[in-house]
Amino acid sequence: MADKALMKGNEAIAEAAIMAGCRFYFGYPITPQTEIAAYMAKRMPKIGGTFLQAESEVAAINMVYGVASTGMRVMTSSSSPGISLKAEGLSYLAGADLPSLVVNVQRGGPGLGGIQPSQSDYFQATRGGGHGDYHMIVLAPASVQEMADMTVKGFDLADKYRMTAMVLADGTMGQMMEPVSLDIKPSDPIEKPWAVTGTQKARKHNIINSLSLVPEELEQLNIARYERYKLIEENEVMYEEYMMDDAEYCIVAFGIAARVSKNAIVEARKQGIKVGLIRPITLWPFPKKPLLAAADKVKAFMSVELSMGQLIEDVQIATQFKKPVHLCNRVGGMIVTPEQVLAKIKEISENGGAK
Amino acid sequence: MVVFKKPEALADVPLHYCPGCTHGIVHRLVAEVIDELGIEGKTIGVAPVGCSVMAYNYFNCDMVEASHGRAPAVATGLKRANPEGHVVFTYQGDGDLASIGMAETVHSAARNENITIIFINNAIYGMTGGQMAPTSLPGQVTQTSPYGRDVKACGYPVKICEMLSELEGPEYLERVAVNNVANVRKAKKAIKKAFENQLNNKGFSLVEVISTCPTNWGMTPQKALEWVDEKMIPYYPLGVYKDRSAESEEK
Amino acid sequence: MAKLSFRTDFCKGCSLCVNACPKNVLAISKDKINAKGHHPVEAVNPDACVGCASCAIMCPDCIITVER
Repeated sequence: MADKALMKGNEAIAEAAIMAGCRFYFGYPITPQTEIAAYMAKRMPKIGGTFLQAESEVAAINMVYGVASTGMRVMTSSSSPGISLKAEGLSYLAGADLPSLVVNVQRGGPGLGGIQPSQSDYFQATRGGGHGDYHMIVLAPASVQEMADMTVKGFDLADKYRMTAMVLADGTMGQMMEPVSLDIKPSDPIEKPWAVTGTQKARKHNIINSLSLVPEELEQLNIARYERYKLIEENEVMYEEYMMDDAEYCIVAFGIAARVSKNAIVEARKQGIKVGLIRPITLWPFPKKPLLAAADKVKAFMSVELSMGQLIEDVQIATQFKKPVHLCNRVGGMIVTPEQVLAKIKEISENGGAK
Repeated sequence: MVVFKKPEALADVPLHYCPGCTHGIVHRLVAEVIDELGIEGKTIGVAPVGCSVMAYNYFNCDMVEASHGRAPAVATGLKRANPEGHVVFTYQGDGDLASIGMAETVHSAARNENITIIFINNAIYGMTGGQMAPTSLPGQVTQTSPYGRDVKACGYPVKICEMLSELEGPEYLERVAVNNVANVRKAKKAIKKAFENQLNNKGFSLVEVISTCPTNWGMTPQKALEWVDEKMIPYYPLGVYKDRSAESEEK
Repeated sequence: MAKLSFRTDFCKGCSLCVNACPKNVLAISKDKINAKGHHPVEAVNPDACVGCASCAIMCPDCIITVER
């Protein structure tokens, strides 16, 4: 087994990206993810990579667009207000079918909001973030180890499907320190015949572009993209089931909310309440099938989230409204506590799951 | 002996520009320079948003279409991906470069990013039908300044070469025009230098080309060329605004 | 003796070449219409051409080849 290092979540993302073969990082400082930029600033010059502090998040995402056009692995990171600024670029990356990795270490919003952890960019991330019909692959780590692993996974999926993968973390995940194993080998590079690397006058010119003025053609491009998304929904869903075998109640939570929920579940079971957890690791594609299957077994669901009720809508859709879905949440930088989750579990079980 | 023909780097397709629009001249000059320097195989161009959005169809080198104003940031990524292997240029209009993309323009210049920027200044938004540009002249009538650009209400035109010349970063800034044969020849010389600077790793080179928009200026193509002499050049004087290498040689 | 040839179907009839020519070699055709629906340029006085290429230099659509 490889040695483990004690690292902050943000640092684990940065080091994992480098180990995954990323040599280009463009960013702009914003709390609570600035450690990623700081780490890259130190490391990239030592390994022949590029770290550049851009003039804005807007410029940073467009620098990402430039490197991605050449087929090289590239990333940026930011936090909620900064991701809004990048939204235009995310849409263009989708329209041009370019692979890239974007990290969002969320903080409370809307507007400038606060600097404490949040999950309130769930809709923004899972629905694409910018204009037009598109998705990003959204990965939600719940440990420092997963911060590293999801970064690597994100690069691989981005390359495989020619799209943006977003690691959607939060301030807690970014700042917490845990032992992490970084036994990472970069995956075999994928051929990118579409990349702009100079024709060498040996081929027809490549064009990286999201403009298509003929409506019939633009429609076909969208349809083809969604065919690819269908493959992703079939093949790339990741989730964790925790104590679901005999569960009568099912918590759905990701990231830090899932960790808190696990503590509450252990306590609830001590008190005789059969509760389990389905933790989506990919928020898009969303684990619809296991949730729908659970809907036939459990009495009720409970979405535990750090937002005013965003994840809950996907749970309702996935379970086709077969069972009640309750909400247990804190927002604005506040974090749900095991006690709060436990109290809500008890309340729901006392009513037999009914809302 | 052929003394003039279409350059190879210019694609063999009709340009979508209006009759008499000088975008076509500048496209050809860029292509001629690419041919003469023998760099088509390693050149990557960045098209803007605006009239020249479809420039990606008009050059035979690899091309990237950027979002509005962000071409210098995209070019930064393209260049840094392979500093020795890529020759990167952007082709941008005045709305793209001097309004929405001002931050990217200024900061790529400040970084002395080793890229070449061709900046078309025709004092109007062409693609959207003739609205006021950051470079529209005081008093100029456009769709969104129907009584003439009132500097009290909408401020003064932005003089890009003058402004950027105050920065330490950029290597080379020159303003040229394409309204007559002699000026077109000078414009080509400037564009060539802007590419050579990149090949010699000298850094950020921007050529501002005073250009025309007969359609939205409401003039015949010929009258538009004359308007460049009468109105544009007096406000936007031609010449070299910065040439660091030449300046250091003089010292 | 200089020779001009035109990619006539690319011509938009803008007249910039006509005005650039110092020898009045060129004119916009009054009767011909090209594939794009424009009256294209034609050499009405070809023998006067000195091959200076001024017309080609001012042509926005790069339709003129000049030989000398």
